[in-house]
Amino acid sequence: MHRWSPQEYNVSPLASVIRFSTITNMTVETLARAQFAFTIMFHYIYPPLTIGLGMTLVIMEGLWLKTGNTLYHNMARFWTRIFALTFSIGVATGIVMEFEFGTNWASYSRFVGDIFGSVLASEGLFAFFLESGFLALLLFGWDKVGPRLHFFSTCMVALGSHFSALWIVVANSWMQTPAGFHLEKIVNGQHTILPPDHIITADDLGSMRAVVDDFWAMVFNPSSMDRLAHTLMGAWMAGAFLVVSISAFYVLTKRHKEFAQASLKVGLGFATVATCLQMVCADATARGVVVNQPIKLAAMEGVFHTQAYAPMNVVGFVDMKTETDHAIAVPGMLSFLCYHDFSKPVSGLLDLPPDAYIQARHPEATTPEQLTTLRKTYWPYVPLVFQAYHLMIAVGSALFGLVIVSCFFWWKGWLFNTDWWVSRWLLIALVFSVLGPQICNEAGWMTAEAGRQPWIVYNLLRTSEAMSKVVTADEIIFSLILFAFVYALLFMVFIYLLTRKIQHGPDSEEHEEMTQSWKDIINHDAPRT
Amino acid sequence: MDAYLNIIWFFIVGALFTGYAMLDGFDLGVGVLHLFVRKDEHRRLLLNAIGPVWDGNEVWLVVGGGALLAAFPEAYATVFSGFYIPFILLLFTLIFRAVAIEFRSKEVWAWWRQTWDIAFSLGSILSAFIIGVAMGNVVQGVPLDEHFELPYREFNLLNPYALALGGTTVLMFAMHGAIYILLKTEGELQAIVRGWIPYLIGAFLAAYAIFNVWTLVHVPYVWPTAIARPWIFVVAIMGMLVILNIPREIYKGREFIAFLSSCAGMGLMMATFGLTYYPYMLLSTPHPENSLTIFNAASTTKTLGILLLIAGIGVPLVLSYTISIYYIFRGKTKTLHY
Ligand code: HDD
Ligand code: HEM
Ligand code: HEM
Repeated sequence: MHRWSPQEYNVSPLASVIRFSTITNMTVETLARAQFAFTIMFHYIYPPLTIGLGMTLVIMEGLWLKTGNTLYHNMARFWTRIFALTFSIGVATGIVMEFEFGTNWASYSRFVGDIFGSVLASEGLFAFFLESGFLALLLFGWDKVGPRLHFFSTCMVALGSHFSALWIVVANSWMQTPAGFHLEKIVNGQHTILPPDHIITADDLGSMRAVVDDFWAMVFNPSSMDRLAHTLMGAWMAGAFLVVSISAFYVLTKRHKEFAQASLKVGLGFATVATCLQMVCADATARGVVVNQPIKLAAMEGVFHTQAYAPMNVVGFVDMKTETDHAIAVPGMLSFLCYHDFSKPVSGLLDLPPDAYIQARHPEATTPEQLTTLRKTYWPYVPLVFQAYHLMIAVGSALFGLVIVSCFFWWKGWLFNTDWWVSRWLLIALVFSVLGPQICNEAGWMTAEAGRQPWIVYNLLRTSEAMSKVVTADEIIFSLILFAFVYALLFMVFIYLLTRKIQHGPDSEEHEEMTQSWKDIINHDAPRT
Repeated sequence: MDAYLNIIWFFIVGALFTGYAMLDGFDLGVGVLHLFVRKDEHRRLLLNAIGPVWDGNEVWLVVGGGALLAAFPEAYATVFSGFYIPFILLLFTLIFRAVAIEFRSKEVWAWWRQTWDIAFSLGSILSAFIIGVAMGNVVQGVPLDEHFELPYREFNLLNPYALALGGTTVLMFAMHGAIYILLKTEGELQAIVRGWIPYLIGAFLAAYAIFNVWTLVHVPYVWPTAIARPWIFVVAIMGMLVILNIPREIYKGREFIAFLSSCAGMGLMMATFGLTYYPYMLLSTPHPENSLTIFNAASTTKTLGILLLIAGIGVPLVLSYTISIYYIFRGKTKTLHY
């Protein structure tokens, strides 16, 4: 019933005023993807910090309650200020994400609303209210509630941010590995249930819905728990390394000595735990991809030819013209990592997806040449997936090495010895380490999402079929410019205020009571009549 | 049984957006008035008064959007893609506003504060206005096509009726925010705002009256529906009485009851609208057969059931800690010694 003809809807009030699209000649699909990628990647700078710093605050305040040492109290307060900053930008940019599914991906929303909606609604009810509600107590409640209730609020804020990661990653994982649903076609109010192997054709678009069968199968879809663990560890690392970085900066510049050393220890301890756990989770995630999305795996590693003893590439590049990869490689390692068996073959892109899969979707294709041409339309853009993936691995491994070395120095008592050049260089590396998890997080999402292409819902709905039909290229460019402007501003202000807070440093230890600067931050007064 | 779920969700989605209007309404309203307050210290007080709660208030919008997507995906998809530019602008203004609240008091330079003050106030005014304009279009109906899409051609979102509701919304939030300021402040600032209250109430009442008459004349389905469903009159008249009660309570110095009246007034206005609009989610004019209703826009019964369970667990939790937090932060906001 719904046939889609884009030309039908190309008149907008804005189009008559501004005609960007004639200049840039980009399609609505490219633009919508660019906009989504831009806004989500910007948003995703902040959530990991919120989640990770939230955990650090729980640790610090917990230590304070346990030991009664005011050093931990000062620490919790200092890091709360940084937390408040990242949180507020996370919220502001998150609201955009919530509505972008409707504005840019309306056809997608119609298709998955039955499934995706309940997950997003749970996120709002269970996570965002919890976070934002208790945040008020965390930030403004030091003198309104007792230390125990305050600690409880801190825990609730941290819990809320973990919940929001849970629901959003579940939603995203369902798009990667759909489960617990069936397809329904709705024509003139008549619902027809379709068989599980139904292939969506152009005729189905607009009248097709994914409908939930089993809520828990949907939540625990094949990839969700692995990816949740991987994402959360990534977030813990982001928070932990921020603490490490700023504390190392203080140690290096010999400021707030006692505070800096204690804070660095807490941060480094947490970073070590998170990084080690991350290696375990990362392995699980990668082996999930082997099973669930072999094409993505082949693209990540740039494997074109199916081969036994497949090598693992460390650095290199992919040549799409000759369909080869050029890289420094560890022989047999990929087969081993995928299957824990060196001799097992890893499928290459030239065999993926298999002929039967293509023929089922294109009955008209018979010759091998036709199959080869069609096969490529089921590949993601390999160089991007390959590079993003390898960037994550390289930086992740470097971080792992860094925490091991730092822990060794800590154990030997060399870590704070700023007079020795080796320790100094290590501290400098630690100052810059904050960028590591951020790079991994962004690159990881790029791998996961770009590797999912051309599908928006894996094997079901194409990204090109998911856009809003009535939205024009001009409108998206207009909004993209608007967002680029406001996000650039946001980012500058964020960096500026972060540096200010770092310059200002923690309140000195003599100030047991609330100090002036602390009050300035929380902008709210204590006594109540 | 199935129909009940759709009706329940029509109610819940309505309740969430009403909750948003009542709560974010006052902090948007504070923003509308912000620039009229001249002293830096006072402006700071205004921000402090909404500081602990505005973020939680905005979550009502997020959850309203989430619930709309979950329960009525077709309506969500149509409204947000159809009103693309207004909603992008709304997001833009909300971000600006949020950032302004966070950053305004972090530096003492006059230009810094002035800039963020303007951003905060303009952001608030425009947000309120856009919400009103969108509502106005929903009320009078939009030209949906047979695919439930809203093409822009031959259609002007900025029509006079919608603009009128936009203006009314700004005034309503301004009044609501002013009452909130009375509640949360004392001394000089409170006296200043108290002086504005009669004008704000007067302006809102005038706009409200004009808008009601305009609706009756301009929107064809309203009067016949009201005749067919007489309890609409009951609710509508209760709404008017409650709104007229606001000046009375202010006069008697009972600001808290005035604030509650203002909330109840919004609630009853939304209820009047809901009762009249039912069963539509988005009315199509001039082809009502293309409309989205609570049936053809809804998720499956199974999903609506799951959602009800989720809401049944989530909403009491949310209400309990929202109320606790308002309770903990009750009483007057104070400035700080610089
Ligand atoms: C791994 C975690 C994670 C991921 C993948 C995302 N977010 Fe996010 N989001 C959070 C973790 C988070 C958070 C930690 O919970 C935030 C950051 C700061 C905050 O206040 O909450 C947040 C804020 C936040 C808010 C504001 C909440 C509020 O007002 O309190 C919304 C509406 C969204 N997000 C929506 C989204 C959408 C639609 C996403 C995907 C497309 C998304 N987020 C990705
Ligand atoms: C060093 C070893 C690592 C390996 C083998 C690895 C593996 C993977 C794989 C295979 C994916 C794609 C998952 C999918 O498409 O479903 C992925 C995604 C991701 N990675 Fe990594 N990763 C590693 C390190 C890291 C580190 C150190 C971080 C962050 C600090 C990180 C953050 C992410 C994120 C945020 C995603 C996207 C979310 C997801 O799909 O789970 N990764 N990773
Ligand atoms: C439930 C959550 C999510 C949904 C529904 C979702 C959906 C989408 C959609 C519709 C696109 C555009 C199509 C495309 O170009 O791939 C996209 C792209 C993208 N998303 Fe996600 N996404 C989600 C979460 C995330 C998160 C949390 C990140 C974190 C950074 C992310 C990173 C990206 C990136 C980098 C792209 C661009 C990929 C490309 O253009 O090839 N996504 N995603």
